[in-house]
Amino acid sequence: MEKRVTFRGWLLPLALIAPQVIISAVFFFYPAGQAIWQSLFIPDPFGLSAQFVGLGNFEYLLSDPFYRASFLTTAIFSILVTLCSMIPALFLAVIADRLIKGSGLYRTLLIWPYAVAPAVAGVLWLFMFNTRVGVISWYLGQLGYDWNHVLNGTEAMGLVVVASAWGRISYNFLFFFAALQAVPRSVIEAAAIDGAHFWRRFFTIVLPLITPTAFFLLVVNIVYAFFETFGVIHTITSGGPQQSTTILVYKVFADGFVGQDLGSSAAQSVILLFVVGLLTVVQFKFIEKRVHY
Amino acid sequence: MKKLLLGAFAATTALTPIAASAETEVQFWHAFTGRLGELVAAQVEAFNASQSDYTVVQSHKGNYSETLNAGIAAFRAQEQPHILMVFEVGTATMMSAEGAIKPVYEVMAESGAAFDPDAYIGSVKGYYTTTEGEMLSLPFNSSTPVLWVNRDAFEAAGVDPDMDLSTWENVGTALDALKAGGEDCPLVTAWQSWIHLENLSAYHDTPFATQDNGFAGLDTELALNGPVQVAHLSAMGKWAEEGKFIYTGRRNEGGANFRAGECALFTESSAGYAGIKAEAEFDFEVRPLPYWAAVTDSPQNTIIGGASLWVMEGHEAEEYKGVGEFLSFLSSSDVQAQWHQDTGYLPITTEAGDATRAAGFYDANPGTDIAVIQMTAKEPTANSKGLRLGSFDQIRGIIDEELEGIWSGDKTAQEAMDSAKERGDALLRRFESANR
Repeated sequence: MEKRVTFRGWLLPLALIAPQVIISAVFFFYPAGQAIWQSLFIPDPFGLSAQFVGLGNFEYLLSDPFYRASFLTTAIFSILVTLCSMIPALFLAVIADRLIKGSGLYRTLLIWPYAVAPAVAGVLWLFMFNTRVGVISWYLGQLGYDWNHVLNGTEAMGLVVVASAWGRISYNFLFFFAALQAVPRSVIEAAAIDGAHFWRRFFTIVLPLITPTAFFLLVVNIVYAFFETFGVIHTITSGGPQQSTTILVYKVFADGFVGQDLGSSAAQSVILLFVVGLLTVVQFKFIEKRVHY
Repeated sequence: MKKLLLGAFAATTALTPIAASAETEVQFWHAFTGRLGELVAAQVEAFNASQSDYTVVQSHKGNYSETLNAGIAAFRAQEQPHILMVFEVGTATMMSAEGAIKPVYEVMAESGAAFDPDAYIGSVKGYYTTTEGEMLSLPFNSSTPVLWVNRDAFEAAGVDPDMDLSTWENVGTALDALKAGGEDCPLVTAWQSWIHLENLSAYHDTPFATQDNGFAGLDTELALNGPVQVAHLSAMGKWAEEGKFIYTGRRNEGGANFRAGECALFTESSAGYAGIKAEAEFDFEVRPLPYWAAVTDSPQNTIIGGASLWVMEGHEAEEYKGVGEFLSFLSSSDVQAQWHQDTGYLPITTEAGDATRAAGFYDANPGTDIAVIQMTAKEPTANSKGLRLGSFDQIRGIIDEELEGIWSGDKTAQEAMDSAKERGDALLRRFESANR
């Protein structure tokens, strides 16, 4: 029954996939290989000499209680960023889906924050929550709450989570909105005729039908929280106070590009690569089973 | 018309190579923007105009860390500049990079430019000189911490602004009185590790690290958990808890609070002068950094912060001649005196300081000589010559984290400094093995 197109010979198919393979090799496999290679050395910053230390860099890192603690910080941060960017996005998408007039304008406006670079978003939020001149911290002060993310680790974490999640809401919104539009109206109408109210229809019909999108966004957002948020951390807290917002990727950046400890930095990126790989496997193995395509 | 343009084009292209071969180009990368950037550009222009053999081309490469990274990346790509500005915490990194740097004393000897190492102020030069007395990099912008006083805030809280603030004991009394008088921000600081640990140690002639603060060898260990440091940080921690010391951040965030008139006392670099003078709408005053009378009767000297100029390896002899001439020009008395008066940075030669005094600048701007006096009152000891620690940028990061533990009340000063020592030592061992 199935109709397959097959090639005769190897040359043409090879030529057709060559661009993809070459791009992957040059931009992904080669740098990743370099990182693994460098993680085995302690080089000096100028590249004049390098000492082979085998797994010494990994041993050094994993025996450091502060490095181990940053795994937990990263887990908390990533879960919070994912939740804070997906739930509001879904809520906004559901509302936009019910709009009859003006949804185009609403959609356009909601996409704007995505255009703001993470580091810039960090600065914007930092201004609003600045302990001295911030608008929001001033209002909080009026309400009798003394906002001080410079010394309070929980507040600092809250601030970097909000600043990181904010721009992602737009991205997630777009995907959720498209998914909602694809839910067949007839099914929803049938349920409505049967007397199911809005939220019942949402949880029993709509939500299961958009799980593929939700799953995709879950993977993408966790990867985002792991890798792309260091600009926000750098501009708002630099990992502080103490180590309360030092996530793994920020440490890679700080040790490599501020501390010039390239061996440790390379080892950290290898560990990070491993963690994210593992996480994605887990997601596909276990969570994907509950996804209905 | 077309012919004319072509002709002009041919003429310009023909002319440029001639101009370039007549003047040897020297690349100079620095980290200054704004007013300081303009002043550096002016120095370079003055040098270029003063002679016709060399052209110095200055370019801004970001903040201190970014400039150092740009220099390192350029060296790896064999595109390094002739002169690279490196902040003081990068000194050990540069010193260990044999093969990447050309020591200044060598450059000067080969170029034959006027150079007298004894003309430089000891405590400035010491930071960048080997234990054998060879100058490795040229001190460029150096400052030292002082105490800034908002006299109006003292008056408003009913405290005498002329009171003696030379010791931390007296500052403690002042903080109590200020707080009692309704002041919300009695004390604020910038660069906490630099002022309240590195300078505190030097000022009380106490080691910050073993092996003469790292000058005598890479096998150095931190000694910042000693009784002097812990006692000071305990007092600061207590002031933080009582709302007398307000923590604003790891860098110089506190400057905004002080310049806006919100704080009474501010420990900050002497180079804060330009900004405070420009913005403060209150009566302010500079005082020497306080010391603990319980530890000493007369404090040692404080140490510097800032940057020096490193000459990079891998260029032509003719170009190094130009580098030598330029560095010699920068150290000349007139250039230094002007720089000192414009910026609040220290003059790097004794002569420039004397010239400034003779010109009546200190009388017209009282307090601007305090930093100079504080640095030069005593001959530096092994504990007050400076710091030479590898991975020092990261170690400062660790110290910042641990200090935040004290300010928030999570840790005692002793716990925090013990932990800072343990973590910092691990980095020093790594640096040692990378540079063996």
